[in-house]
Amino acid sequence: MTPAFFLYWKDITNLFLKMPKRTPFFDVHRQAGAKMIDFGGFEMPVHYTGIRREHQAVREHAGIFDVSHMGEFFISGDKAEALLQHITVNDVSKLVPGKAQYNAMCYPDGGIVDDLIVYKLADDRFMMVVNASNREKDLEWVMNNNPMNALVEDLSDEMCLLAVQGPKAELILQKITGTPLSGISFYTFAIGSLAGFDGVIISATGYTGERGFELYFDKRKADPRAIWAAIMHYGVPEGLEPAGLGARDTLRLEMGYALYGNDISQDTNTIEAGLGWITKLTKGDFIGREMLEKVKEAGPARKLCGFVMAEDRAIPRQGYDILSESGDVIGAVTSGTQSITSGAGVGMGYVKSEFSGEGTNIMIRVRNRDVPAAIKKPPFIRK
Amino acid sequence: MNNPTELKYTKEHEWLRLNDDGLATIGITDFAQGELGDIVFVEINEFGEELDQDEVFGTVEAVKTVSELFLPIQGTVVEFNEKLKDNPELVNEDPYGEGWMVKIRPSNPADIESLLSAEEYSQIIS
Repeated sequence: MTPAFFLYWKDITNLFLKMPKRTPFFDVHRQAGAKMIDFGGFEMPVHYTGIRREHQAVREHAGIFDVSHMGEFFISGDKAEALLQHITVNDVSKLVPGKAQYNAMCYPDGGIVDDLIVYKLADDRFMMVVNASNREKDLEWVMNNNPMNALVEDLSDEMCLLAVQGPKAELILQKITGTPLSGISFYTFAIGSLAGFDGVIISATGYTGERGFELYFDKRKADPRAIWAAIMHYGVPEGLEPAGLGARDTLRLEMGYALYGNDISQDTNTIEAGLGWITKLTKGDFIGREMLEKVKEAGPARKLCGFVMAEDRAIPRQGYDILSESGDVIGAVTSGTQSITSGAGVGMGYVKSEFSGEGTNIMIRVRNRDVPAAIKKPPFIRK
Repeated sequence: MNNPTELKYTKEHEWLRLNDDGLATIGITDFAQGELGDIVFVEINEFGEELDQDEVFGTVEAVKTVSELFLPIQGTVVEFNEKLKDNPELVNEDPYGEGWMVKIRPSNPADIESLLSAEEYSQIIS
């Protein structure tokens, strides 16, 4: 046995470990002409025909997104709620079965572990949906902060998630489910059959600002490709198109929704990130509460703000400096794009709090030019 | 991917064609436009001044990303494709034709020979 053998074996193992994962829809994407990229450890479609067309399809008709890379943890037992109250900032006790809640986990210093959605499936069973890129980190965090010994199961590899979003989404999905969709209001869900498969979580949630649904199903119980095909069959005549992560990003940015890794991270807290509305400091103790209360009392030194460029041909990008009118650097862009809907450059970034007021004139350093912009509370499009 | 054999290419995914009038037309390759996705506008910053090979002469803004344009050979930018001002999508639709970006006056036309052939470029992107 030579050292060379060990090296060889380790290289092979590394190669295998670093290989991006694929969702059950990988072949479907390829056949639809998708350009695939590595995202959060998965090979995911960034676009099919083009971001612009897919974005417009979602705003005007409908789009179908494979977001099966997201993580799903199931928390069960009579200690399930206690665990969630301990590790998340929002008040999970306000949920009833059939309701979902936008939420976040924080470190003791207030920095964000991840943002997530909590679904109350039953009094003693919840589903946490977390970002793909944070799955391992989040699971470890949940397991290590579970002194109450609630049952935690990671079913991320079993659960598929399709998002069907847009003004035609309800009409299309109603053709393949007996569950009355008009009764499912924003951030509520039903568990019903879809395309002949039972037990699908049909949730009126999304990341686009449009009416739409997120469909969670276990690939061992429902055929992912049959569900995709059924949605396409009834959707395409209504203008539905497959949409990739590129359009997902421009759609969420037009709404000013934060993206973990860009706009929020372990180095930002929920108060400065504008997530004070989900941070329930009086619900009882939870990880990060003490620091978040201090930040709230003192007022955050910086705030995550939206802004709109005053010139059309200037697109803000992550990392660009934000300057005051007098030319001092007051922050940095965390996300930016050209709004497909309005054509304006729009973005988000942290600025010193005194510059965060609506309409404050700022400048964005686009390469070698300081381009005027103004603070604007999202959404950046009329909804 | 179809890369016309009569053109020359660079590792930066640009193409160059030497015209009869001695000027050279420059654009980005089909591969490049596919990687960038929907192009929003093309900005040419350096006009009318002689630039060295590999100097940045402009930028391409796509919805998702921004990319710099490098001069394939030493020369002077003398013309910009005005159609791109209103129709930047021409770069996506016809990268080797209507979607050309600039014309330059090469300082040494012989420099063109040092660029990649279609076959060599195709190997780079395969």
